[in-house]
Amino acid sequence: MSWEDVPGFIETREDRGEVTVVVETAKLREAATYLRDERGFNFLSDIAATDYLGWNERTVAGYWGHRSGRDINLPGSWGLARKPAPKENRFSLSYQLLVLVSGAREAPRLRLQAWCDDGEPVPSVVSIWPTADWHEREAFDLMGIVFEGHPSLKRILMDDDWEGHPLRKDYPIGGEPVRFSGAE
Amino acid sequence: MTVAAGRQAPIYQGTRIPGPIPTVLQVDPAVREDGDILEVNFGPNHPSTHGVLRLIVELNGERVEGVEAVIGYLHTGFEKNMEQKTWWKAITYPERIDYLSFQINELAFVLAIEKLLGVQPPPKATWMRTLLCELSRIHSHLIWLGTGALELGAISLLWYCFRERDAVLDLFELVTGVRMHTRYFQAGGLAEDIPAGFFTECRKFADMFPARVDEYEALLDRQAIWLERTKGIGLLSAEDAIALGQSGPVLRASGIDWDLRKTQPYLAYDQIDFDIPVYTNGDVYDRYKVRMDEMRQSTRIVQQCLDGMPEGPWIVDDRKIVLPPRHELHTSMESLIHHFKLVTEGYRVPAGEVYVGVESARGELGCYVVSDGGPKPWRVKFRAPSFVALEATATTVRDGLVADLIAILGSLDTVMGDCDR
Repeated sequence: MSWEDVPGFIETREDRGEVTVVVETAKLREAATYLRDERGFNFLSDIAATDYLGWNERTVAGYWGHRSGRDINLPGSWGLARKPAPKENRFSLSYQLLVLVSGAREAPRLRLQAWCDDGEPVPSVVSIWPTADWHEREAFDLMGIVFEGHPSLKRILMDDDWEGHPLRKDYPIGGEPVRFSGAE
Repeated sequence: MTVAAGRQAPIYQGTRIPGPIPTVLQVDPAVREDGDILEVNFGPNHPSTHGVLRLIVELNGERVEGVEAVIGYLHTGFEKNMEQKTWWKAITYPERIDYLSFQINELAFVLAIEKLLGVQPPPKATWMRTLLCELSRIHSHLIWLGTGALELGAISLLWYCFRERDAVLDLFELVTGVRMHTRYFQAGGLAEDIPAGFFTECRKFADMFPARVDEYEALLDRQAIWLERTKGIGLLSAEDAIALGQSGPVLRASGIDWDLRKTQPYLAYDQIDFDIPVYTNGDVYDRYKVRMDEMRQSTRIVQQCLDGMPEGPWIVDDRKIVLPPRHELHTSMESLIHHFKLVTEGYRVPAGEVYVGVESARGELGCYVVSDGGPKPWRVKFRAPSFVALEATATTVRDGLVADLIAILGSLDTVMGDCDR
């Protein structure tokens, strides 16, 4: 199937039977509308934000504990077997789309992907798939991605006054002071 | 049991998804002007919120005029934790996310690892996984039924449901050694072989269980209070259900014939004969009927799995990802080294990204995994069905009464651990 006529089309990848279509972030809403109305992707399963900070550099994901505790910045005991291809932007947003037809016996899926950097706004798709409301709030809360046009972009899983975005790779692990209510 | 021929009248005209925020029902300014609006905090510690869910409800008398769900009280950072663990240690986490259908959660993550690794588990493992996932579904639906009926005043049902739930947990204990959070699925197959006594015990359960489901239905289906409190309550049309991303029993109660076990067969589901229950009224009662039928269908699947269980190995013979048999450690240096490397460093998973969707007891459970080729997941994201189900709160409680709120919340079957992760 050809995906070139998706608005803002950049590239398409097929890996392990899954198709990913990367589009320009600015054209995300046009691409989403086109996919829903012309290609039948009426069901948005999920929006997954991924932070690629440190990707392809050190084994941030592979550090080991030692006597003085754990240090995320120490290189792992061994490097990556094969370095993955570097990424141009820091964050990716993966929209898992699905053609959901009652009584169908197939489930065509597509991953719509857009990339952005820290603080760069991403168009919201709440007006296209209402279910995106909480998914976008979660991506904002845990990854700090700002969605432009979201009707109520506020934290969802963390406290309203929480500082930082926990799922970012530069967010400290452990050593978080316990906060008691009423404590100064 | 697919949809009766000919589409019935739509559940309601147009859409009921509130605007501008699809998940928040806002009080009409006119009603706020002259009405007596009372803002009530429902939860986070309320026995019928199924965990720590907080609803900010605005009432005009008994009528719900505004509702907003506030979640996050049970957020424990599972996804962040999984990034810090080697692949095979991370397998323990998904089960704790949805603690009622734990095997299915574990399955989603294990299938994602296997997809990245390109490993095909042996048939015995596939069939056993199918069997255990269906037992999990029964387990989850039993707790849903027991607590859901309890909240509406049918207290006795809870004890019956928990009696059968205990029988399911006994089966899990027999196979895996633990009752919950079994960690029985490994990348490549099962952790251990199926113990000899399991098949007889499981067959006893499968033979006994359908009659028990009939018993539950006999307790509820002719009870005027139950019918009064569930029929026509919490309406959700097919279009709104799709727009709100609903899946599983909620979607099937709105007349949509959709089940990932049929539409996107995984495990052994394509070799098994079972039906998808579909009901068309989109209310609390139909969601209850769907789940009751699903328990019967799950029992059918369990029986077929027992009949068709293939012989052979239960895990792939790939020493780079699977622990060597225990006895070899005493005689083989290579096995010792493999064992040591797997336990300390874990295995490396080729770089890539995959999304695996499975049909959990609550609907589509998705697992999006990114690997950088290292020993730990780069990113794990769960598409939690409970999280999405709660997005429908505002739409389903529209025009409802405060007492219906409890019935509706129960019918969405949310597990807060799953929702908040």
